[in-house]
Amino acid sequence: MKPLRILSLMLIAVLLAVLVACGGTTTTTEEAADNAAETVEEAANEAAETVNEAAETGAGLGMEAAAVATEFFSQEDLDNSIRLISVTPEGPEGEPWNQYLEPNFIDTTQYAKEGPYTFCFSNAGVNNPWRVVGYTTMQAEVDLHPEIEEFIHVDAEGNDEKQIADIQDLVASGNCDILIVSPNTTLALTPAVEEACKSLPVVVFDRGVQTDCPATFVQPIGGYAFGYTGAKFLADNLPDGAKVVALRILPGVDVLETRWAAAKQVFEQENIDVVEVQFGDGNNDKVKTIITDAIQKYGQIDGVWMDAGATAVAAIEAFEDAGQPYPVINGEDQQDFLVKWQENDLTAIAPTFPTFQWRTAIIAALKVLQGEQVPDPWRLPQPAVTQENLDQYVQPGMPPLHYAMCGCETMPDFPERWGGTASQ
Amino acid sequence: MARITAGTATTDSFGLRAWQAVRAINPVYFIALVLLVWVGFRNPAFYQPDNFLTFLQRAAPLMILTAGQVFVLVSGGFDLSVGSVVTSTVIIGAILANNDPGATWWVILALLAGGLLIGLINGAVTTYLKVPSLIATLGMLLMARGVGLYWSGGAPRGYLPDNFRMWGRGGIEGLFGLRDFPYAVIVLVVFGVGYWLLLHKLNYGRQLLALGDNPRAARLSGVNVNLMRISAFVLCSMTAVIGGILLGGRGGVSIETGTGLEMQTIAAAVLGGTMLLGGRGSIPAAMAGALALELLFTLLNLLGLPKPLRDAVQGLIIIAAVAYTAYSTRRNR
Repeated sequence: MKPLRILSLMLIAVLLAVLVACGGTTTTTEEAADNAAETVEEAANEAAETVNEAAETGAGLGMEAAAVATEFFSQEDLDNSIRLISVTPEGPEGEPWNQYLEPNFIDTTQYAKEGPYTFCFSNAGVNNPWRVVGYTTMQAEVDLHPEIEEFIHVDAEGNDEKQIADIQDLVASGNCDILIVSPNTTLALTPAVEEACKSLPVVVFDRGVQTDCPATFVQPIGGYAFGYTGAKFLADNLPDGAKVVALRILPGVDVLETRWAAAKQVFEQENIDVVEVQFGDGNNDKVKTIITDAIQKYGQIDGVWMDAGATAVAAIEAFEDAGQPYPVINGEDQQDFLVKWQENDLTAIAPTFPTFQWRTAIIAALKVLQGEQVPDPWRLPQPAVTQENLDQYVQPGMPPLHYAMCGCETMPDFPERWGGTASQ
Repeated sequence: MARITAGTATTDSFGLRAWQAVRAINPVYFIALVLLVWVGFRNPAFYQPDNFLTFLQRAAPLMILTAGQVFVLVSGGFDLSVGSVVTSTVIIGAILANNDPGATWWVILALLAGGLLIGLINGAVTTYLKVPSLIATLGMLLMARGVGLYWSGGAPRGYLPDNFRMWGRGGIEGLFGLRDFPYAVIVLVVFGVGYWLLLHKLNYGRQLLALGDNPRAARLSGVNVNLMRISAFVLCSMTAVIGGILLGGRGGVSIETGTGLEMQTIAAAVLGGTMLLGGRGSIPAAMAGALALELLFTLLNLLGLPKPLRDAVQGLIIIAAVAYTAYSTRRNR
């Protein structure tokens, strides 16, 4: 009895200490927010500043959700990405997967080889809908080229160790004419890719590696452009001091950190009040809860920024269920969001991380083996779905999480191969 | 010393009796009450009837799922497949219904039949093949998820029609002068009362509790042990399908819908004084445990703690609360 009592008392004491520590800091900051809200009525300008201050300190220890990890941030890259958004791509019109921005062509005659070829692909994973659509598109691209005799795909299931072993196995097998890599993480895969470069040509796409040894690196403009496009649209369509909730999936992933880094800078420059920055884990239910609570807490939310669109519809539904007007929102090119947008005439935009890059990886690899010139890096355009071109991307009959920017509409077996039905 | 003690005993006898009466109440209700007050303190708007019902709508799936889990727990087992069954319900429901409102009813029946089948398999593997339920349902966790994901090709396909989703999302407009009286809350009340009757008022419940307390004694007194065990798993799996219908209705199609629910239901049940390995448990207390857990999630959200700290605090609170509950129920026994 005695030790038990002591144990439980200790537990409760520790618990209270933690809660008091955390609760204390947030109390003060929330009071600041409340005060700010009161002064809004008295002096709008002054209040906007206070609100912003409150927002900056307001998350309390929750700052971690709002903070950008410094190792993922470079102002130079951010500025360059923003510049690239408005650069006109070169290459065939209407085929963004064959286009490139500011290309620097390199000679690949050293890799030239007679067909037929065996393509080997080390894939980080097929563990989310984006990758499912991308990989399906890639397989369809392979089928377009009779000179690719065999396509060997190895799935690392989101595991660095497995992918390193996969690459070693593929190289050691001696069957591969070229190796395509979609790295799981940048740092962990760099040595494995460097090693593979010594034996055969390598094409890297999606996430990068920190080495120049691959024949080429295929990548859209990237996370900064994604975050910037969404945030800029929100800022342009909302008044100063508008209340915005920022929803992120999870911390510590470079491609997602850059999206938030760009958005955060835009919101700071344009006087947008980011009242909450929360991680939704890509879970619809959780996202709905976060938005519902935010609406209750702040009375009204004017905009929602998201670092990925899979849960955008859940966020929008939270407004419907609370009887609130629709927010200005950015999603992504998922069908369910585009359909919702079209049906309800939302003020919205969908920046993309286009899935057509999975096609480009095959095209680039083929060019390398045939000794044709390729751009290195192969910078793909990164189009956004806007009100003007929305109708073109809404495809009834496609699955809810089909990514419209797949460049796959004209490929054989569309839409059945992507899980859709021809007419609905 | 003795004289002083005797003196206080007589003067404080009323207070002492009151204290003992309070102590006899399951502590989970106090925990839930404290959290309720705390959440309201952080967000006064929380107590507005509309907002509170929205919260209950959110909490309903976990509360119902926990009640289902209690049946398995008191019979002496575990059901770890709950979360996977929820996810599969949502994914397969979306494929089957494919946004056709006319399909809703047979899809719901088909899903319940699926739940029945999963419960039967869980129960049969546990009773006849003598596989510990922890392992049997862990296998089912992987199977249910795998089958759901394989069928959908790795990403959700199809939409749930509106009349399917209304159970988790909709409500009766204008009832009692409210904006919306959620259907989920009605479902919650129906299942809460039904399960309470089943476990605490009917012979079935008494037999199940006897079985969990002492299987041999139960068998000797004429309880059909295998049948009772299997029925508990069936009840739990079919409840998981109901929970899936509510959760899918609320949030829409997602492969994340049921993630972690198996642990949340067990934690909530234990918080409500349910004894692991069987023999003791209460439906109202377990549902209060689930409510407390949802309040805790809401509170941690409102406090704006960073995610890792939030997870840590959540774990700490669950351990502390369960330790406290276990300690006081053991003493009361």
